[in-house]
Amino acid sequence: MQKRKLLLAAVLASALPALAAELSVKIDIPQLAVAEYHRPYIAMWLEKADGGQVTQLAVWYDQKKKDNGGTKWLKDMRQWWRKGGRDLEVPLDAVTSATRAPGLHSLNFVAGKAPLGQLAAGEYTLFVEASREAGGREVVRVPLSWPPKEARSTGSKGQEELGNVTVQLKP
Amino acid sequence: MHSLTRSFLAVALLASVSVAHAHRTWLLPSAAQVDGKDPWVTVDAAVSEDLFELGANALKLDGLSITDPDGGAVQPNQTFTGKYRSSLDLKLAKSGTYRISLVSETAMASYKLNGEMKRWRGNVADLKKEIPAEAEELAVSTTFGRLETFVTAGKPNATVLKPVGSGLELIPLDHPSEFLVGQPARFRLLLDGKPLPGLTVAVVPGGVKYRGVLKETALTTDAKGEFTVNWPMPQMYWINAGYPARVTVPEGQPRPPMPAKRYNYSGTFEVLPQ
Repeated sequence: MQKRKLLLAAVLASALPALAAELSVKIDIPQLAVAEYHRPYIAMWLEKADGGQVTQLAVWYDQKKKDNGGTKWLKDMRQWWRKGGRDLEVPLDAVTSATRAPGLHSLNFVAGKAPLGQLAAGEYTLFVEASREAGGREVVRVPLSWPPKEARSTGSKGQEELGNVTVQLKP
Repeated sequence: MHSLTRSFLAVALLASVSVAHAHRTWLLPSAAQVDGKDPWVTVDAAVSEDLFELGANALKLDGLSITDPDGGAVQPNQTFTGKYRSSLDLKLAKSGTYRISLVSETAMASYKLNGEMKRWRGNVADLKKEIPAEAEELAVSTTFGRLETFVTAGKPNATVLKPVGSGLELIPLDHPSEFLVGQPARFRLLLDGKPLPGLTVAVVPGGVKYRGVLKETALTTDAKGEFTVNWPMPQMYWINAGYPARVTVPEGQPRPPMPAKRYNYSGTFEVLPQ
């Protein structure tokens, strides 16, 4: 009897990760032909359709500057800043990390785990905002439903500061 | 040990340069072409992160030089320096094109005094009196800067479009008060009066705050030091070049030593719709 329970627990444990819904985001940071290039600051968050609830997913900023000096430009991601950026204490576990070079970058978020956590069912918009020192600023939006009922791929594209943003959902 | 101190010093100097470089210095004329019976122009001088958006500091108007359409020197009618900008008002008494320049020589010095590293930044003229004679391991880098814009009252002329012949300067080969979208504009870049080939020049439209995307173009001067700009939209533009060119050092690699002389040029040009 005891054995069977253990076995059941083991089966459930191994099955659980496969049951957790996944949200993957691929962002293309374009190579820009400019005289003075700085890597972009990038923020990514989910907003409920009514705009109320905000879930922070990722913030990339210059973490190498002395005395956390890179935080000075966080406010230049203006939309993110208004959507809770200004209330965050950075660095923030599971959310903040260093800026990244031009190229394709993948991020993977799993239901139940930070920073996605227990996201309530509903219609959301994924926002990706990029801002570059001595450069421009751009926001790309991708609508999505959570939790996903089936595997789905969707996306959008920026004009200059951001290339393709692809969202893959897995139930 | 000595070379270690040196390279630390070079890094420290370069670090301060890159911080300063994130800010852009500019002149902004109220218009490039002024018509009418009583033409006046106002020019703002400031340092900021986004072009033509006030927000960091005013620029001092020391080193201001205004050349009138006959090639003579003129003084502004009034000047003002506030928190975010300096301004000058100029009555365009003569018909033709004026050149308004702000020329600077800035020194960055680093030295050891009683075993302690010190840094100093200021006008070249103050260098001798500000740095103690007993300073050791003195390293100085001088930046020659030129900020410029052109304005025309009535009919344009070309007297002020001749090179000054010193430092880094940009000579418009098409008339700078008559730039229009859809009409390519040619320029020649000179160092001490000689064409400077193979240097990358940044062409940046203002107003990025309201547009988001920067729309900057990087152009490289040809064998004659020339390049052609195709304006993407009507706007005030900032054209900038620095010599020697900035080098991008891969992460973890040591930075090259700071050049003893650096040159920086920024010109502001108005581009109107067709």
